[in-house]
Amino acid sequence: MTFIIYAILILAAAALWQLIRVVELAAKLKGADPNKVTERDNRMNARFFFIFMIALWVTSLWQLWAYSDDLLPQAASEHGVEIDWLMNFNMLIIWVVFLLTNTALFIMAWKYYGRDGQRATYYPHNNKLEMLWTGVPAVVLFVIIFLGIRLWNSTLEPADKSVRLVELYARQFDWFARYSGGDNQLGKSNYKMIMGVNELGLDSSDAHSADDVILPKSDTIFLPVGEEVNFRLRSQDVIHSAYFPHFRAQMNVVPGMETFFHFKPTITTDSMRRATGNPEFDYVLLCNKICGASHYNMQMKIVVGTKAEYEAFMSRKAKFIPDAASEVKPQVDIPMADSVPATDSTATKDTANEVAPK
Amino acid sequence: MASDMHAHGDLHAHSLEHDAHVHHGHDDHDHEHHETFISKYVFSMDHKTISRQFLVTAVIMAVMAMIMSIVFRLQLAWPGEKFAFINAVMGDKWGADGVLDPNAYMALVTIHGTIMVFMVLTGGLSGTFSNLLIPYQIGARDMASGFLNMLSYWFFFLSSATMTISLFVEDGAASGGWTVYPPLSALEKAMPGSGLGMTLWLVSMSFFIVSSLLGGLNYIITVINMRTKGMKMTRLPLTIWAFFVTAILGVLSFPVLFSCALLLIFDRSFGTSFYLSDIYIGGEALSQSGGSPILFEHLFWFLGHPEVYIIILPALGLTSEIISVNARKPIFGYRAMVTSILAIGFLSFIVWGHHMYLTGMNPFLGSVFVFTTLLIAIPSAVKAFNYITTLWKGNIQFTPAMLFAIALVSTLITGGVTGIILADSALDINVHDTYFVVAHFHIVMGVSAILGMLAGVYHWFPKMFLRHMNKNLGYLHFWFTFISAYGVFFPMHFIGLAGVPRRYFTNMEFPMFDHLQDINVLITCFAIIGACAQIIFLFNFFYSMFRGQKSTQNPWGANTLEWTTPMKHTHGNWPGALPEVHRWAYDYSKPGEEKDFIPQTVPLREGEEDGGSHH
Repeated sequence: MTFIIYAILILAAAALWQLIRVVELAAKLKGADPNKVTERDNRMNARFFFIFMIALWVTSLWQLWAYSDDLLPQAASEHGVEIDWLMNFNMLIIWVVFLLTNTALFIMAWKYYGRDGQRATYYPHNNKLEMLWTGVPAVVLFVIIFLGIRLWNSTLEPADKSVRLVELYARQFDWFARYSGGDNQLGKSNYKMIMGVNELGLDSSDAHSADDVILPKSDTIFLPVGEEVNFRLRSQDVIHSAYFPHFRAQMNVVPGMETFFHFKPTITTDSMRRATGNPEFDYVLLCNKICGASHYNMQMKIVVGTKAEYEAFMSRKAKFIPDAASEVKPQVDIPMADSVPATDSTATKDTANEVAPK
Repeated sequence: MASDMHAHGDLHAHSLEHDAHVHHGHDDHDHEHHETFISKYVFSMDHKTISRQFLVTAVIMAVMAMIMSIVFRLQLAWPGEKFAFINAVMGDKWGADGVLDPNAYMALVTIHGTIMVFMVLTGGLSGTFSNLLIPYQIGARDMASGFLNMLSYWFFFLSSATMTISLFVEDGAASGGWTVYPPLSALEKAMPGSGLGMTLWLVSMSFFIVSSLLGGLNYIITVINMRTKGMKMTRLPLTIWAFFVTAILGVLSFPVLFSCALLLIFDRSFGTSFYLSDIYIGGEALSQSGGSPILFEHLFWFLGHPEVYIIILPALGLTSEIISVNARKPIFGYRAMVTSILAIGFLSFIVWGHHMYLTGMNPFLGSVFVFTTLLIAIPSAVKAFNYITTLWKGNIQFTPAMLFAIALVSTLITGGVTGIILADSALDINVHDTYFVVAHFHIVMGVSAILGMLAGVYHWFPKMFLRHMNKNLGYLHFWFTFISAYGVFFPMHFIGLAGVPRRYFTNMEFPMFDHLQDINVLITCFAIIGACAQIIFLFNFFYSMFRGQKSTQNPWGANTLEWTTPMKHTHGNWPGALPEVHRWAYDYSKPGEEKDFIPQTVPLREGEEDGGSHH
């Protein structure tokens, strides 16, 4: 089968070549130079450029229309709404520039094709025109730069100390989340302490560790709607990137350093499911920096819910070091299991309720 | 204006010395004829031969990179589907049953990128056309140093060969993306391709850097010192301006890449920690601490960003010449074009941080890079508008080269405008490292530069091989290529806007991307059509090299000096004295002249103003 396909292709190519040769030999017999560009060639290519221009308008605008439903749904974070606005603003500008300048180009190509006996107009420069198309882009760009930098700074400015701190810990090819607990401070960690079940290398002697809540590998992160969350990002091995497309948020995760990104989720998973008409819809966290063979499948689900749901969720999770009073198993077992720890200690409940600062 | 640098004695001395050299060659006629095959075609020091060597090597590398792209496009459109083609290309180890292996996918995207960026669009494009056109268009016998020029090619060859060999090592070629960010590329435990494959990648790049520096220094020195009498800087064709600035960018930035690679070699092999810190991998905590992968990114992109202009500027230079010649009009705004090239060259050194907005850099620093990056749009816009105005009221001759040159302007615009989104750090947050980026840089620099290179090949083929490429096959090649280029890369923007990250082996692990599969199929179909169109080119290229119709001396009616050389390849380019230049290169369709072109060697009439000296 494959052989037949190849054979047909080769024969078709050979036939085409022979056809071209015949046409050219015929031209040669008439005394014409087969590689000389004739007026007929010029007219033909000029028309092709015109057709191409129409096709470019139609297909590009069609794609804009047809694929618009396939893009990301509305931004689910506070700053994301502003990013979308700025994106649409810039997109409007670049669509106009794209269509106008391409049109100008192809119109020139179509209109001024070479005719026998015609001569081009000698027109080497025009300072006014050049000032115009230096000045206009410059002005437009300054608007773009101004709006862009303003939004960038407001989005990236460091979060308040009071904002809920959650750590995302990346390794090939998993995400771990660690909530900072009632004191809103994450306990220290050291990569040299990574051993056995202590997959994040946490320092159990640090008092801040005690109320940290570690979700098992690639478990669901739960975020309360309308409350800012500050993600601290760390990596165990290579560079990853924490990408939350629905929240218009992303930050690289770099081994040996901490990076941060904070945002305020504004739409619960349930509302988004209704808005998109997709009952299966879920927010996800993806890895967006090449990190190895399974880079394409390094993900974690994110659920945004009400504060009450959030508290219920947290109450089911175990603290890193359970209160001495509780009878939960030793610390090593709790945070590391692959599935959600089935146990629920009454002891964790109290602290979980204190987690959220206003 | 009379007191230009050509009045300097040393330049005259230079040309005299050169003349003497060539006369010597002529007296010693037998010597020329007895040139061996090795000295004429292998270790040649002649710029024309070296140019052809670069071109043929680059074409071979480009074919490899293109086949790779078809393999991974098949995987992306129909993940897990069995293709005899994949098995045939990848073998049983990486393409068992015709299904691509995930590690092999990573290697393919990495090597595809590396070959295209370095071997094809840097070595191939600059190597071919700087070598061919610098001596020809400035009126020099050859490059300043033929020997270094020869070395430059052979280091390029070594580099290409090493890269090719790296595909066949047991654990596969380098797979960490063409940007080879550590720690992924530094640690064998991070991925199999970071072993011997990565070592060979670094060796290959080191050879490449040597080649690029030898070539670049030669280009700069030749342009500065060896212009013929009357060839003021303000009379240089825009091709030469572009090659000149490109070479300066290369000489300033490639050494930084070398240091970047060297430190990576140290980290990989000698236990240093320039880029490594706090890493636990493969069940072991590494002893390295205190380094930072961000340092690598800074060093890499300090080359990496000028590199994209190293790629695009020569293509723009070729386009300027081809558009002017075939529109039969002077290039519009010569001075503005030169200024734009210089401005782009300067700005290209202060924008590298826009690749790193999300590395946790201080937001203020990010703002600075937003500002500098968006400024580049201004000279770029000037260039695009000037090309369009050059076509206005022209008498356009649609040679295959002209079609490619016009197409370049289109893709430069289309790819350029999306750069405005990516340069804007706030917007970059959500499209960083998605297919939006892939679409952007492929159109603006990949497709544009390839179109420029192909335009150059069609236009200067008669100079390189003394024959024409077939015109009708050229038309066929062009239209299929242009349509499929848009067909591949325009829809890709939407995949990016839907949030699909690049370098994913498959998008099937995320239900949110399921509905995008149709777009991926569309893209792959166009990629296959585009690849088939290149078969037409390859046939035309190699067939015409030996059997094409013989060309006349100045087939396009062009003004530049290369078309005043005889239709045979001789050492020293011009049999007699070097030509003298009296005017700029763009006197096309000048009023009051009989012909619609006036070669640069024609003296100015009394009272005639030289076109290049306008204000």
